[in-house]
This record gives sequence, structure tokens and C-alpha cells, in this order.
Amino acid sequence: MKNNNAGIEDVLDEVLQSYPAKSMKNRKEHILVKEKKKGKHKIKANTRTIPGIITNRGCAYAGCRGVVLGPLKDVVQLVHGPIGCSYYAWGMRRHQGMAAEGGKNFINYTFSTDMQDSDVVFGGERKLKEAIKEAVEIFNPSTIMITATCPVGLIGDDINSIARQAEEEYGIKVMAFNCEGYKGVSQSAGHHIANNNIMSDLVGIEDKELEHKYPINLMGEYNIGGDAFEIERILDKIGYDIVASFSGNGTADQIKYSHEADLNLVQCHRSINYIAEMFEEKYGIPWLKVNFLGVDATIKSLRNMAEYFDDPELKERTEKVIAEELAQIDGPLNRYKELFEGKTAFLFVGGSRAHHYQNVFKRIGIETVVAGYEFGHRDDYEGREVIPDIEMTADDRNIPELEVTKDDKKYKMRISETKKKELQQKMPLDYYEGMIKEMEDGSIVIDDLNHHEHIKLTEALEPDIFCSGIKDKYTSHKMGIFSKQLHSYDYSGPYAGFKGHLQFAEDIAAGILNPSWSYINPPWKDNVELKGTIGGVK
Amino acid sequence: MQDLVPEEYKERNSLVINPVKTCQPIGAMYAALGIHGALPHSHGSQGCCSYHRMHLTKHFREPVVASSSSFTEGASVFGGRANLETALKNIFAVYDPEVVAINTTCLSETIGDDIGSIINGYDVPEGKTIIHASTPSYVGSHISGFSNMVKAMIKQLSEKNKDAKTNNKLNLIPGFVDPGDIREIKRILEAMDIDYILFPDQSDVLDTPLDGNYDMYPEGGVTIPELNDTGNSQATIALGEFASSDPAFELEKKHDVKPYTLKSPVGIKATDEFLMQLMKLTGKEVPAEIEKERGQLVDIIADTHHQFHGKKVAIYGDPDIVISLTEFVLSLGMRPAHVLTGTPDNKFEKIVEEMMEDADWDYNITAGGDLFQLHQWIKNDPVDLMLGNSYGKLVAKQEDIPLVRVGFPILDRTVHSYLPTVGYKGAMLLLEKISGALLDRRDRDTDIQLTEFVL
Repeated sequence: MKNNNAGIEDVLDEVLQSYPAKSMKNRKEHILVKEKKKGKHKIKANTRTIPGIITNRGCAYAGCRGVVLGPLKDVVQLVHGPIGCSYYAWGMRRHQGMAAEGGKNFINYTFSTDMQDSDVVFGGERKLKEAIKEAVEIFNPSTIMITATCPVGLIGDDINSIARQAEEEYGIKVMAFNCEGYKGVSQSAGHHIANNNIMSDLVGIEDKELEHKYPINLMGEYNIGGDAFEIERILDKIGYDIVASFSGNGTADQIKYSHEADLNLVQCHRSINYIAEMFEEKYGIPWLKVNFLGVDATIKSLRNMAEYFDDPELKERTEKVIAEELAQIDGPLNRYKELFEGKTAFLFVGGSRAHHYQNVFKRIGIETVVAGYEFGHRDDYEGREVIPDIEMTADDRNIPELEVTKDDKKYKMRISETKKKELQQKMPLDYYEGMIKEMEDGSIVIDDLNHHEHIKLTEALEPDIFCSGIKDKYTSHKMGIFSKQLHSYDYSGPYAGFKGHLQFAEDIAAGILNPSWSYINPPWKDNVELKGTIGGVK
Repeated sequence: MQDLVPEEYKERNSLVINPVKTCQPIGAMYAALGIHGALPHSHGSQGCCSYHRMHLTKHFREPVVASSSSFTEGASVFGGRANLETALKNIFAVYDPEVVAINTTCLSETIGDDIGSIINGYDVPEGKTIIHASTPSYVGSHISGFSNMVKAMIKQLSEKNKDAKTNNKLNLIPGFVDPGDIREIKRILEAMDIDYILFPDQSDVLDTPLDGNYDMYPEGGVTIPELNDTGNSQATIALGEFASSDPAFELEKKHDVKPYTLKSPVGIKATDEFLMQLMKLTGKEVPAEIEKERGQLVDIIADTHHQFHGKKVAIYGDPDIVISLTEFVLSLGMRPAHVLTGTPDNKFEKIVEEMMEDADWDYNITAGGDLFQLHQWIKNDPVDLMLGNSYGKLVAKQEDIPLVRVGFPILDRTVHSYLPTVGYKGAMLLLEKISGALLDRRDRDTDIQLTEFVL
């Protein structure tokens, strides 16, 4: 790994020189080198991927149906469109869920209207209506969510009025999401669309008297590989009551009364910050940026939560649980640190993990040398203070902004403005600092990394671990570098909380230390003295 | 364990639950990967390309590289020409493929982009090739998408010598099969000393070794000169009615190369027919080595028939493999009880119906079905074994039925893409899996006091 900035600039120049002039100019603005003395860093993000450049990005539908809505257990996710979109969103993201006693869990099922050419020509509304009817008759779900795929918007099927009619007819919740794949520039548009409709159509439609002292909502935690199970276990042990989860191991039924909570925890800022902000505006619930990935971040998040509720007993229990959990993993984690010291990681993940996992790696001795988001916005890199300066693009304007106002009946001031200001000095309350601030000098920040850049940067920097998704996992392996999927966690998890950190370290050790890497070169490629004479003397 | 599937059938005309098919573009992408030096390109939203790459990667555990026109709302309104032109410029500059194989999507088809005319107006760099296939997602399935891309190879690349001189070769279209199958087909052709052009050929593309170097365009794949030469071949064998037949007929139409459509050579009968066809067309003998393999296979079946006889089987997946599997299990004395494909084509039902002519038990056959339907069938008429892709595991687990994974996709087991299902060797491997699954179940269910060492 080259360590001086001049060297890194050379590497980046080499990466960029393969592009045609216009593309080079574009990509240059998506890449920067962290330099503390420079102060503020500006990166281009959430803009169109250049056509033809092999991106990892998906579409708005994937962000809406796949990411935000998919984990809701009690919902029939009815995809209106040709079969593929429903098929690919089926059981691929590893968001897990266990139904409560008597509850239904539809996560392993995928539903589609399987649009045919005649539907594209004559409209698919009749088919959608019939599919809703059939779903109700067979499964009797409490909620159906209809998601639109590309052709739906083009042919003008009115999924919103069909949802309204069905809701009346069957007496269940039926929601429609106009998340056609061509909207926005990545999955991010789909998160926004999902957030808007959940806020306008689901949150606050039921009231519930909560008996608990510390009711919280967990937001932007999708229970990949069971992360939410582990977070729930820890929070439960301390004494918190999770009212609703948006959306890992969550239900639409819980979201209906989620406005009764007293604090929103935001894990993935990118995908859920819209709802978090709207909750505050409408119901007076502040949000706290948390990170349950990594021991240090988890401890900090738990302490901030206790501080927010400001109850000595809660604080005491928090410390007790931290001590108990730490006792189980601190020793082994330190041994991993010794094992990994000096190793480097290259992270390219969604909208938060490329940041969250930096502290996870750091605790076990691994330095992050490159980090980037697949669909992050500038605030995810630079911090929320940059939001007023972000220029709206035509693609942004195509995603409706939901305006919410204070709900006079349900609004409840959770903490005073003075108290909030005081807390904001100590913790990220209503705030996210972004990825760049915590990064080391000389590390590379890269937005919407593509195939070419992945290979070039890997060749130049030779990281020990590459963390991304399935599409470039095996490219990395072919180069002899272990790749850990941080979207799906491959086949493992949970990685959240205390035990999760240890599980992660064990998986990284299994990957890096796997004997296969030492077999890459066959022994006969080394100088072998050929002395044998069987079969005749040469 | 929760069970959401009722035994009682309810009418279902519009709702598909847990499909046994996906959309055309992924099949086109897979076919395109079987051309040497090709970069598949998806003309539509980024999501399509991303999903298809993801899915193929999960089946093969290999890099699958493809590009996209990255449509935005603007392109969806004004047409995708500008996006495609920009894409091609960047693709040739940055990734330097020999071939770009474009497939359309439901988005670009719905807005009516005419890829042919966009390409005609595009200045293709010297020595490079662009081909394109129309693969709207709302027609057919991934199997017809595969077929359409192979058809595009013929339509746009096959040529005929001016003097009509033959190349003395046989064209072979293997169908939507794994690299392990393609290697086995090639081994048989080579053992018979047959000169061939096999396309598309994903061996050495999606089963490359780990040697510390990443090659974006691995050594495998049919070359452009070979595809050009297909018009000079003496015949085309299309393995699989649904994946391969259309392109073979296209070549007959274009250059009068006679097509022969056969079943995917899975199992003893279909492999016999394949070898007989090869003999007839080339006049070459089946070598002793292959005949010996056949004899070994017959030996295994005779010796172990008791493991299979009378067992009820549910078979689901893509039409070509399901047809051949049905024939194979019948030849083992098993009873196919439910036979289902997601690909909508009535020909399937007719073909399977004919195979089941002598069946004296109740059975279901359907094309355009889904796994919910299969699950309901199994609830009403249980089976001893399931044969199909990974998605059947929900049914298998719920109903406690052994599942042998065969076909596409297999996402939860490994090595499948390296080893053949086709040919006599493939049949042996399949038998090993089926017998293992049935006997593991027998051992599991047998009281420890009655457990036997010899089965």
C-alpha cells in the first residue's frame, strides 16, 4: 500500500486516464483523497451513472420493494409488472424475520402480476385488481403493498386508485408505490418513495397506549443475517421496548402506531432519514443516529440512548449490559487484533455500511484504505450540514417531496428545545456526521465505484480484504483477494452488537487465512529440478 | 413451522406466487456470455442489469460482467438512443470487448426503441461487433430470452461461402445448460472425432480457475469467425426444443443448414438419441470408451433399481431439463406425479403427456405454473422426491421431502456448474444424487435397531 498522497494521486490518474474525456471529468468529481488539513471535502454523489460504465447500482424498485418494504413480515408484496422484478427480489437480500405467535410471515414468498404483452398493450389494471382479490382470498393478509415496475408508469396503470378501491372493498390496508425502475439514479430514489408512502399512509393510522417507559423505533435496520435479532436482544436486556422496526423483522401493523414512541434510532441514514425527519416534524419525536455495528460504536450508541432518556437506573443497566457483553468477547477480539494488525480493507457498500464497518475493522486492527457508497448522497459523505448546499437535479425533482406538518392531536414534545440543544453537543441527535470526517488521511473516498475502478484500485493498493456485494466478490477472488459481502454478509451474521463483532472477526479470519489462497500457484511453477527417468532417459 | 399454503385449490388467474421462471433478458445475458470476448449490454434501467448479474453470479459463483444503458426518467420519455450511444462509446473505450451483445428490457421495448436502427447509425470501431436481441420481459421467460439471443447470433452473424463450400462441420446448440454440460458434450463430440461449432459456449467463461489473475474476457466462448462460419456447416443439432430449436430453424431459413432438434441429452434414452443422431449425420461410430460408459450406467440402474422403483417424483424447472428428467425417471421405474415448468408454452404439456402415455397413476402436468401450485399439488398428492432448482426447498422443507437440485438456478449448493447432467456420465452423477437423497431419507427414518449397512 502506497502511503503518501502524491503516490495516491498517481494511482487515481491512472484509474481515470482510461475514460473518454467527458466521462473522466465526471468520474473525477466522485473520487477524493482524505486530507485533514484541507478541512472540508466535497464529493459528487447521487448523480446519474454514465451509461455503459459498469456500475453496481440497482434501481428505484430495488430500493423500495427490495430494501425498505421487503423485510416487513406481515405484508403481501405484490409486484405489478413482468415476472423478473418480483423473482429477483425474492429471498436474495437475507433480511430475516420471525413471525410473532399467530402472525404471518410472507418473507419467503414473492407475488407478481406477471404482466404479459397484452397487459402492456391494453393496460394491466384488470389483472392487478384480480391479483389483489386472489391474494386476499388465499392469504387474508392485513396489508398488501403494490410496487410498480418500469412498464407500469409508462402504460399509465393507476395503481394508487386500485389500492384505494381494494382497501375499501376488502377492509385491509392496501398501499401503492410508484417506484418504477427508471426513477432517480439508483436504489436511493426507491428508499425515498417507500419512506413517503409509509409516512403518509401507514404511520399514525392507529393509536396504542404504550405501557413501557422507553419506547423506541428502530429505523434503517434491515435484519440482514439477523442483525436486528441481536440488536433487539441487547435493547431488551437493557429494558427498551421496540415499538416498530423500519423495517428489519418489522411489521406494517406495528408501524401503524409507531408515532407513540419517544425516540427514533437511525441505523442506515441514507435509506430512512426522510421518515426520521418527518416523524420529528409531525409527531415531535427526535432521532438519534446510532451504529450497532462494532463494539465501540454500539457502546457509544447505547450510552447516547441512556443519556437521552436521562434516567440513572437506565444508565446503570446500560453499563451493566455493556460490561456483561464485553466480558464475553473482549479477549478473543483482542487476539484477532493481533492477528490482523497492519492489514487493509477496501469497502464499497450501500449507503451506510462503508462507514459503519470502518470502526468494526479498526477494532480488529484493519485499516480502511478505500471507502465508497453505491448510492449515498453528499450528506452521507460530508455530514448533514451540507444539505442546504446540495443542488437539486432533474432526477431529484422527479421524486415527490412529501410535506408534513405538525399533527395537532398526536404531536407530543418529547424533550425541550434547550434539552435538545444540550444533548446535541454530546451526541448525534437529529444529525449524521457522514463518512469522511472519521477517515484517515490519505485514504480514498469513491462514489459509485465501477468495475474498472475496482480492478485498478485493487491492483494498485493490494488491500487484504475487499468488501462489496456479490457482483464483484468473485472478481476479487480471481485476483487472490478475499472478498466479504457486506450487503448480504454472504451466508453468515449477525454482525451487529458485541457477539456480532466477534462473529465478523471470525468470518474475516476464515476468509483471509483460508488455505486456498496459498494453493493459487501450483508447486511445479516454482523451479523444480526434473530428475526422473521413468518412461525413458531424456 | 408456519404453513401458508392451503390444500384447497382456489381459482387463480392473475396472481403468480413463487415463480418457476424469470424474464427474458437474463437468458439473453447468459447466452451472450458464451461468445468469446463479449460484454452483454442491457438496454434499460440499471436495476435489470444488476439483478441479472447478481443472479447469474449466485448460480455460478463466478464474475458476471455486463453493462447497462442506465435509463433515467428522461430517457424513458425521450427514448434511449442517446443512452445507448453514450454507453457504446464508454464500453469500447474503457472495457474494450470484441463483441457487445445488447438485449432489450420491458422498459426499452415499451417505449419502442429500435435497437437495429440505432446500431445501424452507430460508427462501430474497426474489428468490433455489435449484436442485439429483442427480449421484452413481458413475453416468454428466461429460456425464450436465451433462445432469442442465440437466434440473434445466427441472424446477424452467420454467413455462407459464396461458392457454398461446406466446412464439414456440425453446429451444436447445447441449450441453457451449465459449463460442465458443455464440456461433456464437447468431450463426446471429440471422442467421436466430429468437427463442430458449439454455441453459445460458456465453458472457460463461467468456470475459470483461480490463478491470481482476473481476466474480464476469459479464453472460452464461441468466436465471431466461428459464428460467421455456422452458415457453412452441414447440419445443426439443437439440444432442447425450447432453448435451442428456434435458432437452428433460423439458420435453415437463412442458409439452408438442416436443423435437428433433440431433447436435452439427460438420461440414457435422450443420450442414446443424441449419439444416434450424431452417427447418422456424420457416419462416425460411437467409440468404445463411450459405449462402456453406457454399459456402466445400465449396470448401475439394473443393480440399484430397487432404490428407485415406484417412487413418486415431482419435477419442476425449465422445460427442456424437466422433459428430459421426466423421461429419465420413467426409465428408472419411478413415477412422475407432478411435472411443472414456469415457461408458458403448451408444447411442453403435449410432449410430457406423450411420455406419460403408459402411466397408470394420477399425474399433473402444466406449463406456466408456479411453486405455489406445485406445493398445493404435493399437499394433495404427496411425493417421495423432488427434482428441481433451489427455490423448491421451501416446499421440500415444509413437506419434508428430499430435494435433488438440478437445473437453474442452484444457489444453495455448489460444484453443480462444473459437473455434467448430460450424457451417460451426467446420468451417473444424477443417479448418485437421487439415490443418495432417497437412501439418506430411508436411513433417517429407520429405527437405529433396524438400520442396515448394505442398501
